[in-house]
Amino acid sequence: MTPLLDLPTLWAFIIAFAVFAYVVMDGFDLGIGILFPFFAPGPERDSAMNSVAPVWDGNETWLVLGGGGLMAAFPLAYAIILPALYAPIIAMVLALIFRGVAFEFRWRDPGHRRYWDFAFTTGSLVATLAQGITLGALLQGIVVEERSYAGGWWDWLTPFSLLVGVSLVIGYALLGATWLIMKTEGAVQSHSFRLAVKLAPALIVCIGAVSAVTPFLNGAYYERWFDWPQVLFTAQVPLLVGLCSGMLLVGLVRRWEYWPFLLTLSLFGLCLIGLGISMFPYVVPNAVTIHEAATPQVSLRFMLVGASVLIPTILAYTGYAYWVFRGKTGHEGYH
Amino acid sequence: MFDQFDALLLARFQFAFTVSFHFIFPAFSIGLASYLAVLEGLWLWTGREVYLNLFRYWLKIFALAFAMGVVSGIVMSYQFGTNWSVFSDKAGPVIGPLMAYEVMTAFFLEAGFLGIMLFGMGRVGRKLHYTATLAVAIGTFISAFWILSANSWMQTPAGYSVNEAGQFVPEDWWANIFNPSFPYRLVHTVMAAYLTTALVVGGVGAWHLLRDRTNKGARVMFSMAMGMVALVAPLQIVAGDMHGLNTLEHQPAKVMAMEGHFESHPDGAPLILFGIPDQEAGTVRYAIEIPKASSLILKHDFNAPMNGLDTVDRANWPYVPVVFWSFRIMVGLGFLMLGLGMLSLWARFRGRLFDWRPLHWLALAMGPAGFVAVIAGWVTTEVGRQPFTVYGLLKTAASASPLEAPAVAVSLLTFIVVYFIVFGAGTGYILKLMSKAPHPGETGPEPGPDHPIRTAGITPAPAVNPARTLGAEA
Repeated sequence: MTPLLDLPTLWAFIIAFAVFAYVVMDGFDLGIGILFPFFAPGPERDSAMNSVAPVWDGNETWLVLGGGGLMAAFPLAYAIILPALYAPIIAMVLALIFRGVAFEFRWRDPGHRRYWDFAFTTGSLVATLAQGITLGALLQGIVVEERSYAGGWWDWLTPFSLLVGVSLVIGYALLGATWLIMKTEGAVQSHSFRLAVKLAPALIVCIGAVSAVTPFLNGAYYERWFDWPQVLFTAQVPLLVGLCSGMLLVGLVRRWEYWPFLLTLSLFGLCLIGLGISMFPYVVPNAVTIHEAATPQVSLRFMLVGASVLIPTILAYTGYAYWVFRGKTGHEGYH
Repeated sequence: MFDQFDALLLARFQFAFTVSFHFIFPAFSIGLASYLAVLEGLWLWTGREVYLNLFRYWLKIFALAFAMGVVSGIVMSYQFGTNWSVFSDKAGPVIGPLMAYEVMTAFFLEAGFLGIMLFGMGRVGRKLHYTATLAVAIGTFISAFWILSANSWMQTPAGYSVNEAGQFVPEDWWANIFNPSFPYRLVHTVMAAYLTTALVVGGVGAWHLLRDRTNKGARVMFSMAMGMVALVAPLQIVAGDMHGLNTLEHQPAKVMAMEGHFESHPDGAPLILFGIPDQEAGTVRYAIEIPKASSLILKHDFNAPMNGLDTVDRANWPYVPVVFWSFRIMVGLGFLMLGLGMLSLWARFRGRLFDWRPLHWLALAMGPAGFVAVIAGWVTTEVGRQPFTVYGLLKTAASASPLEAPAVAVSLLTFIVVYFIVFGAGTGYILKLMSKAPHPGETGPEPGPDHPIRTAGITPAPAVNPARTLGAEA
């Protein structure tokens, strides 16, 4: 019997936190990329881009911590999951290349700006879709033999993984739209409201669809959600999702500026908690638990010493960087 | 279509391709971040406008190089899992934490303060802005520290045991991090990054001096860069020699390949200057050699016996022709850099630093030499430690993911196409920026402290638009 909070469990929470931090921060960057074509070239697009230019790099670093942390804390899981999801992972990193360089290149090369804008959107869209497919494919299960992936090269592609992929695209787009509602004013803001009003119901439907399918993917998920008495705990998640969804819709109709973004983030947080309920204590569903995948205790302890000081420090100076660039973003300066 | 290639070879080529491309950007940005910190520091200290202009000039270039380094680096952090999953499983307990520390101590520091460094001068004031610049510069160094420690552990593993699952388990973190080759590799690589940057800055300065020898910015950057080359090139040769001696102690087969020593030499080994190594026959054809000189360099004794690859199991030979030639390219360029540094000292002594055109042409030609030398050095050390990923313990062939050739081939082709398009365009933009001369009064990133700061909460767009705010072309 393992104690409630041993080192592998603690590290599972740290990595889950890194993933959530990534979704919180890079989610709206990618969402802005996805929505870019809906904004008019010129001031609208510049303003949307300006609102994330100083922070995107830091945001993306959480993805490196998520991937690097998985390798460091759960090397066996990293070694099984990445080959299993080879195509979506490669597609994601390639897409992130286009997305990342577009921030710089579009200013450097006004003559080809629309090509880099296209790269920005396509990169954001493909990266998001790939992340969603990765999650869906992981959730539906991976074939493992010994210490390796033993499935085929297209196992990741199923209706369910595509559903999760599309849901994530809609979710990030909503994060992007509500971020812009918060960070901009005038034409961009009202445009963002119009987009968010359409995206929010779509996301709610998607969350419902994914949640409805997940418990039936394999027996264990069903038990973790519906067994007595933990159903008393797990039932809180859908209830809170319902509450946040309602408030989000009301907020968008009433044109609240800050709450829509925070409520969308809450929805993402609740989905992550739901994911945790489905998967824990497995890291590869039904195949490898976090304890089986965990790196030796000595390595976990060595990293924990640093992480316990460094992660709060990182959050502090990241917060500072956001604070420096607080407030509404303009599309051009000196008048 | 890809049946003739095997998945392992393709995976190796993919790693070599992506890491070589990636390495170009940090090799430049480590040095450039420090140079920017020096320029901003000199500006704050002396108040001379020229330093601020140069800071802004190179900051635009830094932004591009850094972005390309970040995106190509993310590829690396996932490639260990996609293509080298068995290695990740086995070596993960040791090198995983080192890389996690790199992310936590370096990547976040760089990324967190980069936004302020690029766009925040008018928002945070000079001192805090300088703090941000220093944080980015220090972050690039910390990053080099951890990743080179991880790489060095793979070259000269220490402080570990092996568990029943075949994983390397750390026994002594100090020994893991400061493994035998790490101090030498760190010094040699960081100096290589400084030299690379100095040569680029010197090349750009030379180019603008050739067009207008009175350009103040060009004079200052050329003088600083040549001073740096004159100082670091000789130190780098000493550091390289020490790194070589360390390699001889811990990875003798690599040195045998570098030297082209297929045969043992019981009474003094010759230094083979040039020749054509023949891996199959186990000999160097048409060798031009200096008798006993290799023993002198490596053992400091003309007659010291030196073992050759004939003492190593053939299955454990690195591929000699690549190591032999990449080593010669690196060393040759190193001596050319030394020559450039010495010529610049002579020109400086005669007061002709800014009007001796042959020196400027040479510096211009040497502008990209650092990149070539860095990649050649990297190839030497990485191909030279084959056929192992963890030296002597884990074979490369046993490290790869259970992949099929077509999957690796398709991703490899995609990487090649994408990298050439994206990094080709990026390099083009950098060259375009470099082709413009630095000039006085380059527009500021934002209204400085002397100017009225806007209402809180309104970000002037130039704060987030480097092209227009830092733009020399404005």
